Amino acid sequence: MAEKAVNKEKKGRIPMPEQDPKVRARNFLEVPTGYTPKMAQEEASRCLQCKKPACVQGCPVGVDIPGFIDLLSQGDLTGAIRNLWSKNALPAVCGRVCPQESQCEGQCILGKKGEAVAIGNLERFCADYERENGTGELPPKAAPTGKKVAVVGSGPSGLTVAGDLIVKGHDVTIFEAFHKPGGVLVYGIPEFRLPKAIVAQEVNFLERLGVKVVCNAVVGKTVSLDELFEEGFDAIYIGVGAGLPRFMNIPGENLVGILSANEYLTRANLMKAYKYPEVDTPIPLGKNVTVLGAGNVAMDAARTAMRLGAESVKIVYRRSREEMPARGAEIHHAEEEGIELFLLTNPTKYIGNDNGRLIGMECLKMELGEPDASGRRRPVAIKGSEFEIETDLCIVAVGSGANPLLTAETPKIQLNKWGNIHADEKNGKTTMKGVWAGGDIVTGAATVILAMGAGRQAADSMHEYLTLGW
Amino acid sequence: MFKIVRREEMAEGTVILNEIEAPLIAKKAKPGQFIILKANEEGERIPLTMAETNPEKGTVTIIYMVVGKSTALFRDMKVGDVFQDVIGPLGKATHIEKVGKVICVGGGTGVAVLHPITRALKEIGNDVTCIIGARNKSLLILEEQMKAASNDLRICTDDGSYGHHGFVTEVMKEVLQQGDVKLVVGIGPVPMMKAVSNITKEFNVPTMVSLNPIMVDGTGMCGGCRVSVGGETKFACVDGPEFDGHLVDYDELIMRLRAYQEEEKKCHSDYCTIRDAK
Ligand SMILES: Cc1cc2nc3c(=O)[nH]c(=O)nc-3n(C[C@H](O)[C@H](O)[C@H](O)COP(=O)(O)OP(=O)(O)OC[C@H]3O[C@@H](n4cnc5c(N)ncnc54)[C@H](O)[C@@H]3O)c2cc1C
Ligand SMILES: Cc1cc2nc3c(=O)[nH]c(=O)nc-3n(C[C@H](O)[C@H](O)[C@H](O)COP(=O)(O)OP(=O)(O)OC[C@H]3O[C@@H](n4cnc5c(N)ncnc54)[C@H](O)[C@@H]3O)c2cc1C
Ligand code: SF4
Ligand code: SF4
Ligand code: FES
Repeated sequence: MAEKAVNKEKKGRIPMPEQDPKVRARNFLEVPTGYTPKMAQEEASRCLQCKKPACVQGCPVGVDIPGFIDLLSQGDLTGAIRNLWSKNALPAVCGRVCPQESQCEGQCILGKKGEAVAIGNLERFCADYERENGTGELPPKAAPTGKKVAVVGSGPSGLTVAGDLIVKGHDVTIFEAFHKPGGVLVYGIPEFRLPKAIVAQEVNFLERLGVKVVCNAVVGKTVSLDELFEEGFDAIYIGVGAGLPRFMNIPGENLVGILSANEYLTRANLMKAYKYPEVDTPIPLGKNVTVLGAGNVAMDAARTAMRLGAESVKIVYRRSREEMPARGAEIHHAEEEGIELFLLTNPTKYIGNDNGRLIGMECLKMELGEPDASGRRRPVAIKGSEFEIETDLCIVAVGSGANPLLTAETPKIQLNKWGNIHADEKNGKTTMKGVWAGGDIVTGAATVILAMGAGRQAADSMHEYLTLGW
Repeated sequence: MFKIVRREEMAEGTVILNEIEAPLIAKKAKPGQFIILKANEEGERIPLTMAETNPEKGTVTIIYMVVGKSTALFRDMKVGDVFQDVIGPLGKATHIEKVGKVICVGGGTGVAVLHPITRALKEIGNDVTCIIGARNKSLLILEEQMKAASNDLRICTDDGSYGHHGFVTEVMKEVLQQGDVKLVVGIGPVPMMKAVSNITKEFNVPTMVSLNPIMVDGTGMCGGCRVSVGGETKFACVDGPEFDGHLVDYDELIMRLRAYQEEEKKCHSDYCTIRDAK
């Protein structure tokens, strides 16, 4: 065994082929183009099949990583996808967007000395293979229970709840405020990172299982939770996400040319404004674009601006590279595509012209001081270091909070001081009877896999309630 | 689906009325609230206020001015055609209270937005003077309905082709001078609402206006609709669309409404070229 391990370690990780940075920086096609079956086999063969797999500890939903990889190496792709599905309803999505380096792959034993197994890439391969070559056969469904469940919000957490409860025999309806289901997966994460056809197919899969999807239903406005109960729903899951954009609150923020990342990405992705004027929704085209923040959202906005033809795109972030919260792969891809990082830089005011349009931004240089509450070193302004950046489009990606639209209309649901829903950590129960919540609306902006994990937990608890009581 | 059951041209080719099947929305909507409509897959999300709702019939009515590509597309839809998406009711409902003497001032298609509010204010027992205006007689809408919805209706046209020759603000000033006005509601083009607010400020009369910034979602998630009110940033779709007229930064709103001017002009002229070629 030990000898075998040494041998395997020597083989490097099989990289996933990618579009050339120069070409892809101007198109909206997916950046990594996927493994061939041969590449997948070869990468799978690197896994040591650990008895106590550390990788599984790193996965928030406990995917049986050695298990599915083993089935894959044996060529049993149907077995592999079934194994994945048993823990993770959206492997095609997670394989692409999970921050693997800080989760599963971050724990892989091979990563200690060399390169971790490309777990995300393998997960993606299995899901894509099934989508393109599988039978599309539906999993078995329990006999109808006669119970009705409403799921509010169609992001990853809502989709997970719907999928879990429909196979347990409940009658499930998803209510979505937007005109298309998928949550951040359709309005936030760009096509070049997560093709929308994949999300549409996942939703279609649920619909084939019998889940009803009602779009254009703003719960709290079009219909209230009380009304849903009156209409005969027995249980409700709230997965409305963290969709409230935060701004910097510095002078000049309402100039034309300053958009929240939510607005910019919604125009680009959901409304397909990158095809304008083939579609009717416009999107501002910047020449010198700045993006504030350094998370996944900021990377997505910056790379979208580049693809829309910007001459320069700068990420402006007040801390240093080490603190950047985005996935490693996204930062790497962004830099390859020519996006500049302006680190340790904090904007202090926007500069406009006489027509109220943005023309520049005043910034201060920062240095890192003592660690703050988050454990990260606090950025401190350097006196007298003011300088200006020329910019005609600024996208603000400094985080998002809980949208109060639904909760303001539902006083029975207790919130925390940030306006997030207070839900039981173990089962997702809220303070309102028959109502569960999970995902970003509970945790604040987090990750796809955490939102799905919360959905699964809540679905188990809801099933128990529907069969046994609260 | 969201089928058009009635269509009227209130002013030829420029002001259109559509009555649309939307039972859930019709049941919930209150005066002052709006909906977002999207005609088809490629369509833009367009906010329009409900001028009328009929919960029994399950319909809502919109009245809109044709100004660009999307409203031109709406104009070209016929009875029986369907909107792919209609979302609502959105925004806060108007606060309707009995205060005494009220002036409702409307300009252009703002009159459509003003109509249900005027009616509700009168129904609750206010003495409502209504002043409506348009550029010329043919663009004036809802005269009969506004007459029924108010205690006293005054009409103005910019060119003098009907009613008072001049702006609504001139007539409003006369009524304010008679004293005792407790509330002014002003809805119309932004410069008109600005002028109304400037005058009512002199008379110290509380004033409510309905703002129409560019919107995307209408649910508070994009921040595109932000307006400055009393030095604070508000999202018009969830905090409004109605605000204290004396606190609104109208100049900023005018600039923000021009954000997509270039793109819109191009999109609209392309649409007209294609349509005319057909
Ligand atoms: C641009 C961007 C990039 C990201 N990149 C990554 C990444 O690479 N990896 C990763 O793991 N995570 C990433 N995230 C975070 C991840 O997408 C979220 O954590 C996750 O989507 C949360 O899922 P959710 O189901 O809780 O909510 P959401 O995905 O936000 O879905 C909520 C849904 O509820 C709907 N809704 C809201 N209010 C109502 C209402 N009143 N009635 C009906 N429906 C309503 C919304 O329209 C939305 O469709 C990214 C986020 C963004 C914005
Ligand atoms: C809450 C709300 C309620 C509204 N109610 C009504 C109504 O009842 N009747 C009505 O006629 N109009 C109403 N409007 C305005 C209407 O939404 C716009 O006229 C419409 O979006 C223009 O779209 P377009 O594609 O036809 O024109 P575009 O080509 O997009 O624009 C043409 C012109 O209209 C301006 N414009 C663009 N978007 C908007 C916008 N969202 N609001 C205002 N002006 C805009 C542009 O600056 C440009 O000058 C309302 C707007 C809001 C926000
Ligand atoms: S779900 Fe995410 S964290 Fe878990 S194994 Fe898959 S890629 Fe890794
Ligand atoms: S830790 Fe790495 S090598 Fe071990 S089972 Fe997990 S993926 Fe395979
Ligand atoms: S329209 Fe998006 S926040 Fe108001």
